[in-house]
Amino acid sequence: MSNIKKAFENGKAFIPFITCGDPDLDTTFKIVKAAADNGADLIELGIPFSDPTAEGPVIQEANLRALTSGTTTDKIFDLVRNLRKEVTVPFVFMTYANVVFSYGAERFIKTAKEAGVDGIILPDIPYEEKEEFSDVCEKYDFDLISMLAPTSENRVRMIAKEAKGFIYVVSSLGVTGTRDVISTDLSSIISAIRETTDVPCAVGFGISTPEQAKKMSGISDGAIVGSAIIKIMAKYGKDAAPYVGEYVKSMKEAVSQN
Amino acid sequence: MTNKDGRFGIFGGQYMPETLMNAVIELEEAYNHYKNDPEFNKELEDLLNDYGNRPSRLYYAKKMTEDLGGAKIYLKREDLNHTGAHKINNVLGQALLAKKMGKKRIIAETGAGQHGVASATAAALLGLECVVFMGEEDTKRQALNVYRMRLLGAEVIPVKTGTATLKDAVSEAMREWTKRIDDTHYCIGSTMGPHPFPIIVRDFQAVISKEIKSQMFEKEGRLPDMVIACVGGGSNAMGSFYNFIDDKEVELVGCEAAGKGIDTFETAATVNTGKVGIFHGMKSYFCQDEYGQIAPVYSISAGLDYPGVGPEHAYLNDIGRAKYVPVTDDEAVDAFEYLSRTEGIIPAIESAHAVAYARKIAPTLSKDKIIVVTVSGRGDKDCAAIARYRGENIYE
Repeated sequence: MSNIKKAFENGKAFIPFITCGDPDLDTTFKIVKAAADNGADLIELGIPFSDPTAEGPVIQEANLRALTSGTTTDKIFDLVRNLRKEVTVPFVFMTYANVVFSYGAERFIKTAKEAGVDGIILPDIPYEEKEEFSDVCEKYDFDLISMLAPTSENRVRMIAKEAKGFIYVVSSLGVTGTRDVISTDLSSIISAIRETTDVPCAVGFGISTPEQAKKMSGISDGAIVGSAIIKIMAKYGKDAAPYVGEYVKSMKEAVSQN
Repeated sequence: MTNKDGRFGIFGGQYMPETLMNAVIELEEAYNHYKNDPEFNKELEDLLNDYGNRPSRLYYAKKMTEDLGGAKIYLKREDLNHTGAHKINNVLGQALLAKKMGKKRIIAETGAGQHGVASATAAALLGLECVVFMGEEDTKRQALNVYRMRLLGAEVIPVKTGTATLKDAVSEAMREWTKRIDDTHYCIGSTMGPHPFPIIVRDFQAVISKEIKSQMFEKEGRLPDMVIACVGGGSNAMGSFYNFIDDKEVELVGCEAAGKGIDTFETAATVNTGKVGIFHGMKSYFCQDEYGQIAPVYSISAGLDYPGVGPEHAYLNDIGRAKYVPVTDDEAVDAFEYLSRTEGIIPAIESAHAVAYARKIAPTLSKDKIIVVTVSGRGDKDCAAIARYRGENIYE
C-alpha cells in the first residue's frame, strides 16, 4: 500500500505546504516538525524553483527567499534525511519538472525515496506528459500525484483511473494564493473521481480559514494549504515554527469536525 | 516535422498545468480546422497584404555586398511591415483565429515591445481587448513601445518578478491565462511554449521563407546558399528557414544573443551555452544552473533576452540542419551602425545580430554565393538605447 494512503486514515486529512529553505533550512526543519506534532497528516515539501509559473505572489516570494539563502535540491535531501529521524508523517515533494529533469529523473526519485519521501507533485506535468517520469516513479514505488482542475471536465475519469497516492483537486482557476471565497462547484468532479477510483482526493488552492478547510475537506478527503502558511513564515521568519504549529492545529481541528 | 504529440524529436511537448490543458487542446482543434479553411486563409491573406503591407521586399544590398567583397547579400525587409517587424504576421493569424474561436480578449508577453505593439494593433483592428505583460526592466528600455501599446488601446502590465524581463513576462502571461480562459486567447509571440504554439507561430511566420523563395527565383533564378536570421524564441528565424528545410543545399544560420560573450554569465545564447530542460511548456535548450534553476540571462536586445529557444530550433540544431552562432552586444551594435550608414537601413538591434554574422561570413564566401539576411524589424525603437551604449544621452 502507498504510504500516502496512511495520511487519509486519520479522518479528513490536513495537508500543509512548506517551501524548503524559506528563510533557511534549519527553520524549515523546525516548521515541519511543528506541523507534524500538531496534526498534519501529510506534508508537502516545496523545492524552490526560479520561475514557479503555477504560483501566486506569496509562494513566488518564498521561492525567491529560499533560493537566495542558498537552498539546493541536495541540501533538501539532507534535510529530509534528518527529519526522518524524528518525523514519521508521509512527505511529498512539490516542485517543477525542470528541477527533477535536470537532476536526472531516476537519480532524483531514487534519492528522494531513499531519503524518505513518498511522492511528488509537479504542476507542469499534465497527464499527457507524465510518461516523462511515471516509469521511473513506478520502479521506485514513488507516487506521481495527479492534479485535476475546475476545467478538467471530460478529463477527470481518464486521469483518476491512473492516479497514484492521492488526487490533488485544484479548487479554482488561477494560481496559488488565498481567496476570500471559493465559488467553484467541485461536486461533479469529485463524484466522477469517486466513481472511478478509491484513491483519496484532497482540495487545494485558495484555502486559508478553518471554515474553508472544513468545507473543502467535507466534500473530499482533505484540505491542502500553502499560501496561508507561507504568509506566517514570511511574517515570523526564523521564529515561525510555533506559529505554524498553532495554525496547523486549528486547521486539523476544523477538518476533523466533518 | 512533428509527430502526433507535437514533438520535434525529443523537443516540444505540452508541459502545462492541468487547468490549461483543455485550452491548448481546444486551440489545437480550432487551428487544425481553420488552417485548411479557404475562407479563413483568404481573410488572413487580405489582412497580411492590404493591412500588413506584404509581401515584404527582398532587397539586393549592393553597397554592403561591394563593401564586404564576397557573397551577394539580399535583405528580407520584414522591417517594412506594418508595426515595423515580423511579429505582425503571427499576430494577425492568431488574433483572427481567436476571433473565430469566439474569444473576446487576447493577452500577450513582450520583450522589446514589438510583439506587444503588434498584438495591440491587431486587437484594435479586430475589436478585441488586449493586455500585454512586459518586464519592468524592458518597459524602461523600450518606453516608446509602451506608449504605442497604450495609444492603441492595450493595457500594459509591468512585470516586477524575477529578472523583470521577457521570461518573467511569459510566466506572468501564463499565470493570467490560468485565471481567465473562457474568453481569453494567449497570443504567444514566438515559436515557443506548449504544443500547438510552436507550430502555429511557425506556420504564420513561414510566409517569410515562402516569399524569399519565390522572390529569389524571380531575381536570381535559383535558391540562396545561406539564410541568416536572429534567434530569441526563434519566430523570425523559423519563418525564414521553414520553406528551405528540405532544400539541403541552403545553409540555415540562427544568430543568438551572446551578450558580453558566451564565456561570461552575461549572455542569452541558449543553444551555445544551455542544456536540455523543461520550462514554459516545452522541452528545449535552456540556460540554467546545475539544479535546473533558470539562469538570469542578458543581452542588449530585449527581444533576444530569453533563457530558452523554440523546440524546433533545438531539433534543427541537434540534427545538424541549422547552426546557431553567438553574436555579442558589441558586434550587434557595430552592425546596427554599419547597416544604417551603408544601406540607409536602421535595423532593430535584434536583427542587427543577423547582420553582424553576415558581415563576418560574406567576405569568406565567393562572389557567386548568395546570402539572405532577414531584417526582422526596424531600429527606431533602439536608437535611444544604442546612443546610451555609445555614451550619449538623448531624450525621446
